[in-house]
Amino acid sequence: MAELAEKTEAASAKGKVAGTPAVKTVELTKRFGHTVALAGLSMTVPRGEVFGFLGPNGAGKTTAVKLLLGLLKPTSGEGWLLGRPVGDLRTRSHIGYLPELFRYQGWLSAAEVLALHCELAPLPRSSWKDEISSALETVGLTDRAGDKVSTFSKGMQQRLGLGAALVGEPELVFLDEPTSALDPVGRHDVREIIRGLASRGTAVFLNSHLLSEVEQVCDRVAVVDHGRVIASGTMDELLGGTTVRVRAAGLTQADKNRLSSFGRMDDEGDQMTFASLDADRVPELVASIVSMGGRVYEVAPRHQTLEDRFLQLLEDEETD
Amino acid sequence: MPPVFVIARLTVQESSRRRLLLALLILTLVVVGFSAWGFNKITTMTRGDGTPLPPDQVSLITSQLLIVITFMFSGVLALSAAVVAGPLISGEVESGLLLAMLARPVRRSEVVIGKWLGLAALVAVYAAGAGSLELGAVDWATGYLPPHPVELLMFVAAEGLVLLSLGMLLSTRLSGITAGVIALVAWLMAWIAGVVGDIGTGLQNQALQNVGVVSHLLLPSDGLWRGAIYAMEPDTLIAAMRALGTAGRANPFAAVDPPPLEFMAWVAIWFAVVLGASIWSFRRREI
Repeated sequence: MAELAEKTEAASAKGKVAGTPAVKTVELTKRFGHTVALAGLSMTVPRGEVFGFLGPNGAGKTTAVKLLLGLLKPTSGEGWLLGRPVGDLRTRSHIGYLPELFRYQGWLSAAEVLALHCELAPLPRSSWKDEISSALETVGLTDRAGDKVSTFSKGMQQRLGLGAALVGEPELVFLDEPTSALDPVGRHDVREIIRGLASRGTAVFLNSHLLSEVEQVCDRVAVVDHGRVIASGTMDELLGGTTVRVRAAGLTQADKNRLSSFGRMDDEGDQMTFASLDADRVPELVASIVSMGGRVYEVAPRHQTLEDRFLQLLEDEETD
Repeated sequence: MPPVFVIARLTVQESSRRRLLLALLILTLVVVGFSAWGFNKITTMTRGDGTPLPPDQVSLITSQLLIVITFMFSGVLALSAAVVAGPLISGEVESGLLLAMLARPVRRSEVVIGKWLGLAALVAVYAAGAGSLELGAVDWATGYLPPHPVELLMFVAAEGLVLLSLGMLLSTRLSGITAGVIALVAWLMAWIAGVVGDIGTGLQNQALQNVGVVSHLLLPSDGLWRGAIYAMEPDTLIAAMRALGTAGRANPFAAVDPPPLEFMAWVAIWFAVVLGASIWSFRRREI
């Protein structure tokens, strides 16, 4: 009876925490001297969601993750992970983290590194063996379990780091540029791992500037630049427009300038790309080019990619 | 196992796996072997008339030579502790090794204390093991054993711990090489300041004496070294130096009195302050 009450209480406690988002920040700000690394980040990442945090180098992505993990102290603002304030020690038992600067004890074997993370997590010793073999298998290092980490290539060390982030079935995993050292096969494996995490309800906070990777696995993304979120939403919300590539000759610069009424255009000589153009306006665009004396060789409308949108957002940001 | 002991174990494991312990063991055996051979030569020395030295003189020469060797041994131990402690925290911060670990439910204070405990255990075990070997070798070679061998080893180990603690405190903020170099220079300056204090005692100059006192308070390594010297000196030598008055006290390789209890209490406080400052500093460090 007492055991049942205990279980009910534990389930209730878990339920309470489970009702909260995986990540929530309110005006999280970090300054290093006069440099603003993160300027008032406010966002919510629901549980079980794969969230892509995008931005160019130096945009503040890693700073945001380090603030959330308590490795940096915010200048102002607040943050919560799994319903508890950032820095709460108990929460960290349910979090996995693969740093951008991944480095593991070279004098330990891969299995020993994972055992160390099981011990620090902390997981019951009886579960270590299964946890370690499962993590090694997931990241494809089973054959190298007993080898010293110092003998590993950079890619293998990143795989090991990913394995360490997965021990203990975390509810939230931070992956900071998780494929920076991986080959295409490794990148594919990581996407599969992320999909696997999502399928078992683990929230994934993916920091990356590899846009195709983010596009393939993320439910929602936020684009950050100069420490500010400049856009966020689901993929559908962000990638609503159509990109139209036109190959045409015989247009003067003045003609091309007149085409700016069709939206932002990347001018590469005979090839022009209209970043966000409604598909219904394509005939109108072609007619305008022809009326200016241009000869149209190719018109290729396609759905906007994350890269198109990302570049457009950054350009808009620069213009502002 | 609590995280603090996991970190301590990891620190010892690293020293072992990186073959630091093996290197120390081999070097120690070589040094002890050579010194045993050298000490044995003292017993075969003769006076001008060809007669062997009397046992009193053998003991006196041995005790003085042992002080010099112990000075070098304690110096090597202190320097090694400073060099190893210099990158103890900063090295792992800079390499990124601590990032994944600190994202676990581990307090920064546990990292600091754990690393200190691991290295302190190594320093203490090495001081006790290598010191006992050396004393055993000297005893075998000359039949001389210092009057207070246990206290001697404790003072030598404590001197190593002082440098370890200083190196680790600096390591929470500075790069490994900077922290190590500052700790080494501080150790040397503390020793020189102790010598200046001795000169002040000999000259009965209060200002110079104060230099020694203040240096002992700031970095108690030299004060502990004096305790080690006192533990090695035969009673007859101490009595002879006391008879010399202030002149007998003006010698950096001699100690007429054991370190006062107040000083030993200050050493305990110093360790607490330095460890506390290390935790405070590392907690505020952004990684």
